[in-house]
Amino acid sequence: MGSTQLPPGTEETLAATSAAAAAPGEPVEMVQLLGPDGKLGTDPVFSDYAKRIDPEKLRVFYTDMARIRRFDQESTALQRQGELALWVPLTGQEAAQIGSGHASQPQDYIFPTYREHGVALVRNVDLAELLKQFRGVSNGGWDPRENNFHLYTLVLAAQTLHAVGYAMGIQRDQKLSDSNDPKAAVIAYFGDGASSEGDVHESMVFAASYNAPVVFFCQNNHWAISVPTEVQTKVPLANRAKGYGFPGIRVDGNDVIAVHAVTEWALEHAREGRGPVLIEAYTYRVGAHTTADDPTKYRESAEEAAWREKDPLDRLEKYLRNEGLADEAFFDQVKADGDELAKYVRSTTHGLEVPDIRGAFASVYAEQHPLIAEELAWFEEYSAGFESDEETAN
Amino acid sequence: MATMTIAKAINEGLRASLTSNPKSLLMGEDIGHLGGVYRVTDGLIKEFGDERVVDTPLAESGIVGTAIGLALRGYSPVCEIQFDGFVYPAFNQITTQLAKIHSRSLGKLTVPVVIRIPYGGGIGSIEHHSESPEALFAHTAGLRIISPSNAHDAYWMIQKAIECQDPVIFFEPKRRYWLKGEVDVENAGLSEDPFKAHVVREGTDATIVAYGPLVPVALAAANAATEDGRSIEVIDLRSISPLDFDTVEASVKKTGRLIVAHEAPTFGGIGGEIAARISERAFLHLEAPVIRVGGFHMPYPVAKVEEDYLPDIDKILEALDRSLAY
Repeated sequence: MGSTQLPPGTEETLAATSAAAAAPGEPVEMVQLLGPDGKLGTDPVFSDYAKRIDPEKLRVFYTDMARIRRFDQESTALQRQGELALWVPLTGQEAAQIGSGHASQPQDYIFPTYREHGVALVRNVDLAELLKQFRGVSNGGWDPRENNFHLYTLVLAAQTLHAVGYAMGIQRDQKLSDSNDPKAAVIAYFGDGASSEGDVHESMVFAASYNAPVVFFCQNNHWAISVPTEVQTKVPLANRAKGYGFPGIRVDGNDVIAVHAVTEWALEHAREGRGPVLIEAYTYRVGAHTTADDPTKYRESAEEAAWREKDPLDRLEKYLRNEGLADEAFFDQVKADGDELAKYVRSTTHGLEVPDIRGAFASVYAEQHPLIAEELAWFEEYSAGFESDEETAN
Repeated sequence: MATMTIAKAINEGLRASLTSNPKSLLMGEDIGHLGGVYRVTDGLIKEFGDERVVDTPLAESGIVGTAIGLALRGYSPVCEIQFDGFVYPAFNQITTQLAKIHSRSLGKLTVPVVIRIPYGGGIGSIEHHSESPEALFAHTAGLRIISPSNAHDAYWMIQKAIECQDPVIFFEPKRRYWLKGEVDVENAGLSEDPFKAHVVREGTDATIVAYGPLVPVALAAANAATEDGRSIEVIDLRSISPLDFDTVEASVKKTGRLIVAHEAPTFGGIGGEIAARISERAFLHLEAPVIRVGGFHMPYPVAKVEEDYLPDIDKILEALDRSLAY
């Protein structure tokens, strides 16, 4: 691995223990701390990071995972009832998103793709804002600067380059100002399907060349709509980092503790100027790609069942109960909170205002543009014609 | 007043922006120590360092995509695409991202990225080095497209492009890089607004509209036409998007005849857009159909035959004859 300023021994330990060094055909190492049985294991590097997570934080992880799963169910239902044009479910990927999201600091900037509802929740984005895009009333309602959570990007992998450029901006800010702003990094989310896009390659080349403070967080959910990961790559995706000269780690994406630990390590690595990291969160898209998709056409239900056994919420629930860190009242409260969130989302969705197309005219350009003015004037006149027709008819 | 080439004028304009705006930076292939394949950025890396004059990896999508990220962080990046025909790997970033982020964010985000592209033919170059892809970008809302034809405009328009809060594609007429002209570095004068067309030669019998590399050709054709006693008005469009139809319309209402010349193929090109708009705005003033002079519907031909492809003085005069014959 490329950089030389890691905590003593870390780099060597990673090389020996993580997925980074595996070649095709070799068994692939994966960082896992909390197994499907709910038992906490150890890792030579990341157990130290896991120890920073106190019981209260674990309960927050569970609460957030449960809330976003409930939100996902409600959004799917809203689509089925015709309230949303489309929904992109995340069920199965809660640990990858909640764990990594919680590892980020407020000053870090997040570039999601379009399934990162869990990260949005952690970054305090009003979840009703996410639904605007899927109801067809906005292409991105929230102000990305408020929560440092960028708009969803639907053209796969385009945002990975934006993330690297943003990280290059952070590097320059640190040189321009002598302020005591906390050091910041960027997370670029993408998936196993998008990993085949050229922009991912270019983003990793740029990030490596400029040692940009960016963490590439790839959720390998095994399916790019109907195409399995094997068609995208012949090696574990984490291994690709080696070709660019920075660390790559495969982590159990259904293990919220390991995801948090690995992401926290990677973000510290980036913030401290040691360059980019690729994390491959090994997880599974339990549901459909979108509500327009039908997974029965391309995969076996046995595969889905096997992954349900590795459910991220179940294993944390087991751990919390076994360790006496959460009682029945806690889980009842989580359920009640989820129902409350679902109610909020449902009522807010119904109330989402249909925008006026005049707003679209207003936001094409930041500065005055004569063609926009001309076309808007035409539209106003055209619309006014209908109004005067109505007056005449009345 | 100083006399300098268009290439030098852009260089000086970039220097002025880098000096006045600490958040501006240049990025592209070979723009640092080499100074760009056309030396437009010559010497700037010495003056501003490699954090502000950035030699990038050889990846056009990467250049524009990371420029977008820098702009989101508050920077004003100026990208150089080495040649017109190499912009296509960045087409996705330019059209689906750069052009749309302001709109997608309902105006909350701005991405003041400038993309410099040397364009056009006439230099005897190999494939992909002589193209005029401006119409592809003009068709995309959210972008501004401008192209200077002289040194004074080049000096000021590049600075105005960098100041603009919208993304600007700055097409540089590469066969005119060494064309010298007077530059007033103190006063922008008429160049103040880069999105307005200029009447560069007044006349009464017909109007020729051109931009970038063909403005000198249009002027030469207009001069040649005086031998036949014709008085020809020439408009340097300067901006392709937005397009200053008001200036063209006013001229056509005076002359009654319009020729539009560009190197890009006529089919689906800017000339067609001008013809359509002017026929709507000035139909009863037109004495003849709007005539387009441009490239054929073919990939840009090999260098040894490019003269047959490119609009030149004779082709414009032929178009004038056809127009005046009505």
